[in-house]
Amino acid sequence: MSAIASAASQAIELAVEATPDEQKANAAASSAGFAYGLAAIGPGIGIGYLVGQAVQAMARQPEAAGQVQTTMFLGIAFTEALALIGFVVFILLKFA
Amino acid sequence: MSAPDRLEGPSPAIEVALDMVRRSLYLIPIAVIFGGLIAGTEGVLSVGYAIGVVVINFFLAAVLIGKAAQVNFALVFGAALGGFALRLGLIFLAVTLVAGQAWVRIVPMGITLIVTHLGLLLWELRYVSASMAYPGLKPKEHRHGVREPVRS
Repeated sequence: MSAIASAASQAIELAVEATPDEQKANAAASSAGFAYGLAAIGPGIGIGYLVGQAVQAMARQPEAAGQVQTTMFLGIAFTEALALIGFVVFILLKFA
Repeated sequence: MSAPDRLEGPSPAIEVALDMVRRSLYLIPIAVIFGGLIAGTEGVLSVGYAIGVVVINFFLAAVLIGKAAQVNFALVFGAALGGFALRLGLIFLAVTLVAGQAWVRIVPMGITLIVTHLGLLLWELRYVSASMAYPGLKPKEHRHGVREPVRS
């Protein structure tokens, strides 16, 4: 516990001693990480719900499995676009 | 007689994904012009790389889902969610590994990733049937009355 506390205090000291440019770079790096991580949560929930319903539909009506699969694939791809937008924000913050 | 627990025959998702790959070839000249106008040769290379990432991502998603459905419907859930995490990781690696290279321009690459992903999807929607008779692509009426899935 004391090791964690000392590491945290060291991190705070380093953050206070950082120059404005370093502080800006640190803020951009952590914002980029948050943008990517948070942007993946929503699509993850969406894809989970979408696929759950699709699997249920395929189990109830196996003869419609092909039709359901096509719709599911397109739904997943559209939902994934949200995560991709988060990723693009990440690369713009980190590398641009 | 029990109901089938897996997809019989070819996967319509892979058929749709292959059609999207073919359609992405039409995007390359537009991408070359767009990338060249924004950032010259580096822009062209960055835009081309981003299109490649998007197309491989679509194809990988379709193969994972299609093959899982051919094994068992229960496997589709794991393949879809695991595939989502795997593909996000692969996109992350593919972009971050080249981000520091001299030939990469991040802004055109980022714009292309989003625009190509959504553009290809919206374009493909015009050619998808998703009906019981044609679960993948829409059929195309020929002169001799034979119906085949649309290929272009």
